[in-house]
Amino acid sequence: MTADAAPDTRDADVERTHLTCTLAETWKTPAGFWGALSTVDHKIIGRRYIFTAFVFLALGGVLAALMRIQLAQPEARLLGPDRYNQIFTMHGANMMFLFAVPVMEAMAVYLVPLMVGTRNIAFPRLNAFSYWIYLAGGALLWIAFALDMGPDVGWFAYVPLSGPQYGAGKRADIWAQMITFTELSALAVAVELVVTIFKQRAPGMTLDRIPVFVWAMLVTSFLVIMAMPAIMVASTSLILDRLVGTHLFNPAEGGDVLLWQHLFWFFGHPEVYIIFLPAAGMVSTMIEPFARRPAFGYLALVMALIATGILSFGLWVHHMFVAGLPRLGESFFTASSMTIAIPAGIQVFCWLATLWDGTLVFKTPLLFIIGFIVTFVIGGLTGVMVASVPFDTQVHDTYFVVAHFHYVLVGGAVFPLLGAIHYWFPKLTGRMMSETLGQWSFWLIFIGFNATFFPMHILGLQGMPRRIYTYQPDLAWHGMNLFVSLSAAVLIAGFLLFFVNALRSARYGEPASDNPWDAPTLEWATASPPPSYNFAMIPVVSGAQPLWNVEGALPVAEGLRTDRRELVVTSLAAAEPQTREASPRHSIWPLWAALATTVMLIWSIFSPWAVVWGSIPIAVTLIGWFWPKGTPEDES
Amino acid sequence: MRRLAKTSASVMLALPLAGCDGSQSALDAHGASAIELKQLIIVIVAVCSVVWMLVMVALIGALWRNRPALRPPASPSAERRMTIATIAAVVATTIIISGFTVMSFIATRALAVAGNHDLTIRVRGLQWWWSVEYLGTSAERFETANEIHIPVGRNVRLKLEGVDVIHSFWVPSLAGKQDLVPGRNNELTIRAERVGIYRGQCAEYCGMQHAHMALLVVADSQDDFDKWAAAQRQAANPPAEEELAAGRQTFLAKPCAACHTIRGTDASGKTGPDLTHVGSRRTIAAGLFETTRGSLAAWIADPQTIKPGNNMPVVPLTPDELRSVSAYMASLK
Repeated sequence: MTADAAPDTRDADVERTHLTCTLAETWKTPAGFWGALSTVDHKIIGRRYIFTAFVFLALGGVLAALMRIQLAQPEARLLGPDRYNQIFTMHGANMMFLFAVPVMEAMAVYLVPLMVGTRNIAFPRLNAFSYWIYLAGGALLWIAFALDMGPDVGWFAYVPLSGPQYGAGKRADIWAQMITFTELSALAVAVELVVTIFKQRAPGMTLDRIPVFVWAMLVTSFLVIMAMPAIMVASTSLILDRLVGTHLFNPAEGGDVLLWQHLFWFFGHPEVYIIFLPAAGMVSTMIEPFARRPAFGYLALVMALIATGILSFGLWVHHMFVAGLPRLGESFFTASSMTIAIPAGIQVFCWLATLWDGTLVFKTPLLFIIGFIVTFVIGGLTGVMVASVPFDTQVHDTYFVVAHFHYVLVGGAVFPLLGAIHYWFPKLTGRMMSETLGQWSFWLIFIGFNATFFPMHILGLQGMPRRIYTYQPDLAWHGMNLFVSLSAAVLIAGFLLFFVNALRSARYGEPASDNPWDAPTLEWATASPPPSYNFAMIPVVSGAQPLWNVEGALPVAEGLRTDRRELVVTSLAAAEPQTREASPRHSIWPLWAALATTVMLIWSIFSPWAVVWGSIPIAVTLIGWFWPKGTPEDES
Repeated sequence: MRRLAKTSASVMLALPLAGCDGSQSALDAHGASAIELKQLIIVIVAVCSVVWMLVMVALIGALWRNRPALRPPASPSAERRMTIATIAAVVATTIIISGFTVMSFIATRALAVAGNHDLTIRVRGLQWWWSVEYLGTSAERFETANEIHIPVGRNVRLKLEGVDVIHSFWVPSLAGKQDLVPGRNNELTIRAERVGIYRGQCAEYCGMQHAHMALLVVADSQDDFDKWAAAQRQAANPPAEEELAAGRQTFLAKPCAACHTIRGTDASGKTGPDLTHVGSRRTIAAGLFETTRGSLAAWIADPQTIKPGNNMPVVPLTPDELRSVSAYMASLK
């Protein structure tokens, strides 16, 4: 480490009580309203992100409930076609873009810096910016919906239906611009996570000692970086078609309708894995404390994550099997889609082996892991079914597919996520969630989910298409639809119980110790919730289960300054300390920059000139953001 | 007790039969390719069900054996056994999905080479109805809507065209679906193996009334089909009664004729369905109602309440005009 010209105080020179006081002073978020708006603490932002995402989950759930009431009987009149089409579009767009992807990133924003043993996420101001942008995108979508301007073109927004000729009003533009907001925030978080994981790991955390959840977030971040540009190109092209009069998707002028589908699904299929891989990582990480042993097959689990990430870019065409593409090419995509069952299978087999050999502790998180295995395997198997071109020609765009992807996304991602909330709740809030309520909510959700979605497989085979606002009484679907709607009530009750449990426990739950589950990873090596500086001294890692590998206190690295925000930067593979790096202080400018960006993006729905004039305030706020403030962090 | 068993047995039997009323179900296959697809679906679902059950057995075993009394001490040999079991499971997965891939490929090829075609029909998808045009020489050509008649046991080629947005042609009892994409020419071959009426529905979300875009495929014997086709090629019957003549007069005088064609009259609009033989079709408004004088009158009087958002405007008519127009429509057999 280089010597600084200015006199400085190092952590090793001060005694422990004084050290924590000094660090708390250095890393604190200023009090009050402006302090809350200008914070760059990854824990505060992470909690906000998680809370906001769950609000969107609840809103999306209300929409689902409305759809189930409407479909409970044939020719129901609760919702008209216009409202229903907005609602199913909102449900899909909201759940994918405002809940599923952001909530996984939110969990990572909170957990990854703690799990790798650092003091803040890389680019913390960008992190603040990404949250504000996400919030603005979500608000745009929901305010538009409240004003009866919600998109009604499906979450996939196929042209020409979403194009200038058939998508009247501003509904499709709002969808497209909401995409821009959420992609922007997702890309920002992805970059932060990659840098945090590559360069800020605690000394000694070599590649083969990284917690599997952190590996999953690394792979996911690369998927975001590679897949999201496709959808940004697509949504921007759509706005150009609608606003500027380009004809990129207009067949009458030499444009191509299927171009949209290629771009959308080149993003849209990796998107599924952007949601699923973090959940798989959560399972691999959570299973350890509840099976009382390291996860079986660490290398296989990590390789499966990477293989899934790579393969996920080679199977988008299975969403287009009935669009009329050449049959030979489609067969290639059958093969590639089927192949992804192998890494998925590897992970399931490793989890089973871990459970087989473990001493199980049947707490709520483990219940969700077991429920996850039961349902996700069904979703995976129906995924193999729809990968087959001929099979797909019968079930594509039917309720069979609705059942399939809810098994994958709810069974495969939301179940682990709910388990993860129960598991990490003490680290998030300092309190435990109620175990009794937790188990009740698990059983309601598990039973309600399967009773709701399993019959949809049969409905699909019986010919019920997706996205229909009603159906006629002479079709043979009404009995099963009524059953599905009643089951959905059980599912909703389970979620309500989960929300009640979380909100109540956040205030009145039993206070948690540092490591209530006796878990092995670094986030449990600090207080619950952690102090602003995360760790008083940076831990040194000597195994894949740091808290299980060492008896007593963890060894620590020393030599960081206490009077300014500093991190240890380590080498990529071996995690050897390389240098000390300053971490930016709180700043209000990310909020101003996000507001300026919001104005520009929303304005650009109405006029292309917004891009010209709107970029000026953005430039001003960015200058403010990067302007040296004379803080100790600016020295380096 | 026996009665209970009998009742539950009949319920069990009724469940799979529920989809077999010949209306709209991939499990009720009567078309050449639908039958082939159903076999493929059954095999794949059966294999996958077995796989799921095996995984569940392993999971239950893992949870069960974990009872402290049964728990053996961990050992390197246990670790090795688990490694072998995991590798075996991965190999089994690979074999199964390879089998599925080959099966799919063979089934796809079998569907693609369906032989030569006896009849070609152009089906165009519009918001929210189907235009059906029987191709051939100019004497053979004719147009209808929302109802396709085909001769049983013959290969029928459908040329699928999306006019406005993307639609998808899906009659599950006969064949898998195929999209109608603007700017592309897609085709689908269907062959009914049994006389019957098969319901189908648009399967690609196409806007406000996607839910009400159904069609019927009527598979007739060759004789019946020939008779039907010959009747369809004819121009509309001249009205035989005074009320029907008044109805025709109203139809031609009001905006109706701007959008609809009735061959044999001056009405030659092209944006709505051809109504030359509308009275002979089983349903109106793309499968919404059975065709009766009453349903026709209701539809003409207020199409926007019945099917909100569709392109048929409300045309103000006096009660007499409404009565005579709907009588005239019903008479167009």
